[in-house]
Amino acid sequence: MIKLKLFYFFLFLTLIISPSKAKEPSELITEIVNEASKILSSKDPVESKIIKLNNIAETSVDIDGISMYVLGKYRKNLNEDEKIKYKKLFKSYFLKSFSSRLVDYSDPKINVISEKKINDKYTIVNTILEETSKNPEIKIDWRIYTKNPERPIIRDLMVEGLSLARTQKEEFKSIIQNNNGDINFLFKSLEEFIIK
Amino acid sequence: MKKILKLFIISAIFHVLTLNVFAGSDGTLEIKNKSNNHNAEVKDCFETINRGIFAFNQGLDKIFFKPVAKGYRFLPKPLRSGTSNALNNLSNVVTIPNNILQGQFKEAGINTLRFSINSTLGIAGIFDVASYYGLNKLDKEDYGQTLGTWGVKEGCYFVLPVLGPTTVRDSLGSLANFSGGDAWYNVTIANDTKYFKNSDYYYSRLTAGVDFRAKNLEAFDSLEKNSMDLYASVRSLYLQDRKRKILNSSETTETMSDDDWEEIDTQ
Repeated sequence: MIKLKLFYFFLFLTLIISPSKAKEPSELITEIVNEASKILSSKDPVESKIIKLNNIAETSVDIDGISMYVLGKYRKNLNEDEKIKYKKLFKSYFLKSFSSRLVDYSDPKINVISEKKINDKYTIVNTILEETSKNPEIKIDWRIYTKNPERPIIRDLMVEGLSLARTQKEEFKSIIQNNNGDINFLFKSLEEFIIK
Repeated sequence: MKKILKLFIISAIFHVLTLNVFAGSDGTLEIKNKSNNHNAEVKDCFETINRGIFAFNQGLDKIFFKPVAKGYRFLPKPLRSGTSNALNNLSNVVTIPNNILQGQFKEAGINTLRFSINSTLGIAGIFDVASYYGLNKLDKEDYGQTLGTWGVKEGCYFVLPVLGPTTVRDSLGSLANFSGGDAWYNVTIANDTKYFKNSDYYYSRLTAGVDFRAKNLEAFDSLEKNSMDLYASVRSLYLQDRKRKILNSSETTETMSDDDWEEIDTQ
């Protein structure tokens, strides 16, 4: 009886510690795009769409990583309290900006074209946003962080080759530089953006 | 004086067409240089003045380019596509010499064929017949890009009234168009060929500006709505775009630096 119990115990252990299947970056993008498309084309109220889109972003985008990247050299000057405050502010800012950009699209059609592994940490997934009556076809590349292959996450979006993270980084740098290097002005700007 | 004013107006329209974004810059940018892997700094000269000009350009966009672009959107799609095709075809007269100057002889050949086919069978470029024959559209090239591929640095980054963001190198490149480098300018304005009027040039440039603006109405609105410092965002986009075009890279990976992310480990 004890042997049987031990057998089941080890079987259970084997199951939980066995490596799960690594998710391909293009698979991640396909899933996200399909899910977002479903939400955007639904008849749900805008507020509900925003909540659902934000849930996708929170699970599939490396918001903390991006928050540190866009701060550039200034991240080294932050003390722990400032870091906590900044990360919280950035997350609210990011989600608001993310959903407001997406919610204008009623039913975006994004097709995954290819993917290219740069190194063990990064893979670029190439997609195309289909042409509509209003907009031309747009090339969107997704920079996926794959250090943990079981949980790939998005770190950047390149629209027609232009990096959103880099643009954000230079915007933040400009705000800090134009206020004598005082990071509190960036916090203030983020707060103003969040409540507007 | 009249000639200077004329050059300014032409240059203004030219810039509106060639720039993918309309204005901006800020402090100092660090952009990786692919060839030597050193950080190349692009300085924002006269930032305070630049910001003032940027605000002026935005006002101009609000009262002129944006409303006209919105109206343009109401035209039937075939008409807009035909206009866009014809203007793209015309841009070959600047792209082809720049292909040659950059040593892209194959591209120069393809663009010459495309221009010949579309100008004739495609009725002045309205129909992209060349693509039907497998000669797909290639990237546009200009004299600013050629200077970049020759190793000329950007110089100061600044904002011009109406023209928007530019660098010293790109401005020099634009001047080449008016010194014989643009065959369309040569046959309409520089020389009296009797086949074309000066206004043909102005109309074509203006239409290209409106066409571009119409294609990017939502993108600009979104950028404006989501920027805390629009001036800095536009500057960043302009410089990234020019860098990508100079590298003639369609691959994102070639224009990105992994070093930027190196220190950030969240997994």
